[in-house]
Amino acid sequence: MAVIKTKLDTRSDEFAANRERMQGLVNDLNSTLEEIRKGGGEEAAKRHTSRGKLLPRERINRLLDPGSPFLEFSALAAHEVYDESVPAAGLITGIGRISGVECVVVANDATVKGGTYYPVSVKKHLRAQTIAAQNNLPCVYLVDSGGANLPRQDDVFPDREHFGRIFFNQANMSARNIPQIAVVMGSCTAGGAYVPAMADESIIVRGNGTIFLGGPPLVKAATGEEVSAEELGGGDVHAKISGVTDQLALDDEHGLALARQAVSRLNRRKQLQLDIAEPREPLYAPEEIYGVVPADTKRPYDVREIIARIVDGSEFDEFKPLYGTTLVCGFARLYGYPIGIVANNGILFSESAQKGAHFIELCAQRGIPLVFLQNITGFMVGKQYEAEGIAKHGAKMVTAVACAAVPKLTVLIGGSFGAGNYGMCGRAYDPRFLFMWPNSRISVMGGEQAAQVMIQITRDKLQAKGQELSAEQEEAIRRPIVEKYEKEGHPYYASARLWDDGVIDPKDTRRVLGLSLSAALNAPIEETRFGVFRM
Amino acid sequence: MFDKLLIANRGEIAVRVIRTARRMGIRTVAVYSEADRNAMHVQAADEAIAIGPAAAQESYLRGERIIEAAKRTGAGAIHPGYGFLSENTHFSDACEKAGIVFVGPPAGAIDIMGSKSKAKRCMVESGIPVLPGYHGDDQSLDVLAKEAEAIGYPVLLKAAAGGGGKGMRRVDRPEDLASALAGAKRESAASFGDDTMLVEKLLLTPRHVEVQVFCDSHGNGVYLFERDCSSQRRHQKIIEEAPAPELSEDIRKAMGETAVRAAQAIDYRGAGTVEFLFDDKSGEFYFMEMNTRLQVEHPVTEMITGQDLVEWQLRVAAGERLPLLQSELQRKGHSFEARIYAEDPDSGFLPATGTLTHLSTPTEDDYVRIDTGVREGDEISPWYDPMIAKLIVWGEDRNIALRRLKQALSEYRIAGLSTNIAFLYNLAADEAFTKGAVHTRYVEDNLEDLVRRDQRWDRRDRALAGLYLALAAGQQHNQNAAGDDRFSPWGLADAWRVAGPRPYHFHLLWHDEALLLQVEAVPGAAGKFRVDANGEAVEVEGSLSGKHLYAIVEGHRFTAEVADSGSDITLFTAECAVRFTRSSGDWEHEAGHGGFTAPMNGRVVQILAEAGQPVKAGDPLLVLEAMKMEHTMNAPADGKVESFHCGAGDLVNSGQVLLEFSAEEKAEV
Repeated sequence: MAVIKTKLDTRSDEFAANRERMQGLVNDLNSTLEEIRKGGGEEAAKRHTSRGKLLPRERINRLLDPGSPFLEFSALAAHEVYDESVPAAGLITGIGRISGVECVVVANDATVKGGTYYPVSVKKHLRAQTIAAQNNLPCVYLVDSGGANLPRQDDVFPDREHFGRIFFNQANMSARNIPQIAVVMGSCTAGGAYVPAMADESIIVRGNGTIFLGGPPLVKAATGEEVSAEELGGGDVHAKISGVTDQLALDDEHGLALARQAVSRLNRRKQLQLDIAEPREPLYAPEEIYGVVPADTKRPYDVREIIARIVDGSEFDEFKPLYGTTLVCGFARLYGYPIGIVANNGILFSESAQKGAHFIELCAQRGIPLVFLQNITGFMVGKQYEAEGIAKHGAKMVTAVACAAVPKLTVLIGGSFGAGNYGMCGRAYDPRFLFMWPNSRISVMGGEQAAQVMIQITRDKLQAKGQELSAEQEEAIRRPIVEKYEKEGHPYYASARLWDDGVIDPKDTRRVLGLSLSAALNAPIEETRFGVFRM
Repeated sequence: MFDKLLIANRGEIAVRVIRTARRMGIRTVAVYSEADRNAMHVQAADEAIAIGPAAAQESYLRGERIIEAAKRTGAGAIHPGYGFLSENTHFSDACEKAGIVFVGPPAGAIDIMGSKSKAKRCMVESGIPVLPGYHGDDQSLDVLAKEAEAIGYPVLLKAAAGGGGKGMRRVDRPEDLASALAGAKRESAASFGDDTMLVEKLLLTPRHVEVQVFCDSHGNGVYLFERDCSSQRRHQKIIEEAPAPELSEDIRKAMGETAVRAAQAIDYRGAGTVEFLFDDKSGEFYFMEMNTRLQVEHPVTEMITGQDLVEWQLRVAAGERLPLLQSELQRKGHSFEARIYAEDPDSGFLPATGTLTHLSTPTEDDYVRIDTGVREGDEISPWYDPMIAKLIVWGEDRNIALRRLKQALSEYRIAGLSTNIAFLYNLAADEAFTKGAVHTRYVEDNLEDLVRRDQRWDRRDRALAGLYLALAAGQQHNQNAAGDDRFSPWGLADAWRVAGPRPYHFHLLWHDEALLLQVEAVPGAAGKFRVDANGEAVEVEGSLSGKHLYAIVEGHRFTAEVADSGSDITLFTAECAVRFTRSSGDWEHEAGHGGFTAPMNGRVVQILAEAGQPVKAGDPLLVLEAMKMEHTMNAPADGKVESFHCGAGDLVNSGQVLLEFSAEEKAEV
């Protein structure tokens, strides 16, 4: 295979400036995540642990195999979405290895608003389930939640993608033999009661775990009966009398050990349909990515410098290297798995779109997973390009991306604007996983372009009336649009709304993609059937 | 010389006797109990005869069965080894009647030395020095005071009927005698219903020095020098050596000649050991007792004399003359023997049972000898002495020998059960021991300290433990991963997290102490970790290849061998063995499953509760006997035994469920 030879000058001022800027963004990301990891805060944590309960992240650590990586999803969920702070949307989701099996873990954080479900919490829970369903990963739910957030019930309860969907998913995953295991480690009230009840196997922790459709206050209100939570739906009740749970655990640790045991009995074998090789680290340090990405977003750079810092041995076999050069396509290995990479290296033209469609077809045909590195302002516009049919060429690429049934992984490494987002496997195209770099931006078009469009439209209207647009007026239109786009296109804004699976440190890209891909390989790679390509 | 020899013993001594017999061209017959069907001594012998169930009373102590086995196989002689029937006159008589040579002394000699009082009387008559004392009936204070004065202070007052330290007083000065006597008498009367007192000389720091003697039936007697067995715990010898350190040639000679005289006084024949209490301050020595058999520690004598004592035994038993006379015997260099036992120094040296899941020994050569009766995979059962092996070393002088002992101990690696190896190492490395200044009470007096010393858990040990656990977890990880995804990044057990690695925690039990080890992968450096225990961090890097751990801790590169049974882990380094257990919660009992499991292999002696009948918390449910100790299992709460899975007399294995217990449901409110 051809090795990418870096042209990067790590001693240049530009490199230093780029690195400094990216380091700043990463530092901000890390400190934001650090804050989020504190959950509901020190006092809530103290209250939580004083009951003999482990904090949710500690629960996950003990649930997973010692040393297992944990690929956490959407830690930024609900970040600055609500008036109140709801760190991580009150639940932690991700993939980790349990008894040698990669599983999706969903753990409520009772220190955050009692673990109640905000609208984004529901979305995050459903997204984790989608990941499990798409990638054939067993689910372990560490339940400790007061159920739906009552003041926001209209955004949580009634719709198709609301609370009820959690149980719909549990039933349907169970039907596909995607095991559903629940450990009840705290409250599990009302609708929440269905998480363990719908699980294939459920475990309850004595003393802290409770399951009931109506809690003691509701019971008192309804019938006047006075009953303690433990008597109403504690571990002994459900393990010995009701049979709602299968195992009775003495404490959190015991419950987690029982869950590990349950996973060890699932009788699952991960079967690869890929030709794998011994993994090799890239030749160049992943940290150098910081210095590759220009501080000035308008400055182009060679995406191969990024690829060289992600793939095994920095080896990359480029497809059609001399044709449609604004889209870089080629074969590489990631942790020994063969992958096809589709990466932007400028605006998409007709040729690059056709090349992309061709390459995606190749990978789909051969069952090679696809990795998209998005940095796209869009397809080329203009008379010449419309005339040569850039719309239909773009459509070919979008069709190929939409239909390709191989695992698709997308990383937004720069801009993600307009139809470029579609052709490069944006969220709507069901990549198994989608991550963003902290420097990336996502919107229908760039803020500046949107402002120019609005200014142009206004100017046209005024001209029709014989009026002119003053510089002040122009600025008055421009600024709010640019600011709005800047705010809404920011990766935190996107991640907070679950438009991605998380914002990642660029130097972790190799690992994140590797873990994601390996997890995705738990599902058999289906044969692709493409739609009609407009010729 | 007989053509065929039966060895009426088991374990290392049977193997050891077989080795010599084989060299001499004598065919061998082993005997074995049901528990020893596949034992090493059975396989080492040419033939083997089953002689009964595991319990020694039913097999190795059944003289008639052994004689029957000898007749059946045509063995002309029986070697009794040590223990079991080696000092049993009925057995030696029976052998004689059956026309089989008993490889040991005449019954008369065994008989005299088998009785402390007879032996003492006989020795006094023969002019052998015994510990001065008064054993008379006149118990008046005047007489006792006079006797004490004659013996010389300090003296020990002992209840004539006594034992176990009751009615015993140490008296340092004459003026203390009266009150001490009154107290001792009072205690003695209360404990034994008899207040007769003995007065004996008290040696404060005596050494245990014993002389190996040999006599033939032609009137020859020699001594093969002495052994020092002063390092003892509860009269159990720990490390023996020959010759005794810091012993003048005059005393050596006097002691040896006295020992031969003692043996000849009872018409001794064969190998015997005369034990003396030796006061190295005065140079006086006093006869204690004579063992009329081959001693466990005989190899150290063999090492310094170059003689094979078993061969001597067989020759003498066959009526031959002693191979060498006194003037021909020479000693060379120094030898140590360490007794490796399956026992747990942490819990009062309680015998340990179980399977030797890992056993690797130092290489045997001219300097290192291992006498053992077990192999890797064998079991140390509760039926017999839990000795695993004797490690014997030789050196040109005491220092060299001691260094070799320590080295060999560090290379003796056992996992699967607790052993005293680390304790032996500590003793061998002890300052007083190194100086040869250990007296018989030294180990007891310093026991706590000697045991604690192997409980080091220093920076390096923690780093090593963390490194091993992390690397093993990584390998485990990939082995566990079901399927063919063998290079998966999920197998990189570095606890990777979205924002930096997260330390992962290993919960360990180390000498019954729960410990938390925090291990954090150093990003970007494979095999490099930061290990944190008790707030102190150590950086360590290394790799694990099978049982071999290669580590660099703070610039110090070294290797360690690992034995990992899944729960028990032992890390062997050149200096010590660090043993700990992965703690996995044992929730079974309390969660209402109620299984009571046997804490160790043993026998159920008695069932004390009735299934279905209510019991109170703390009520005894059953008694288990293991290693001659009784363990009572009590009810953990009010409730009842649902059912017993064992009956009185049953042999149970460690971990076996003995009964189902259900705690009483709390009354509904």
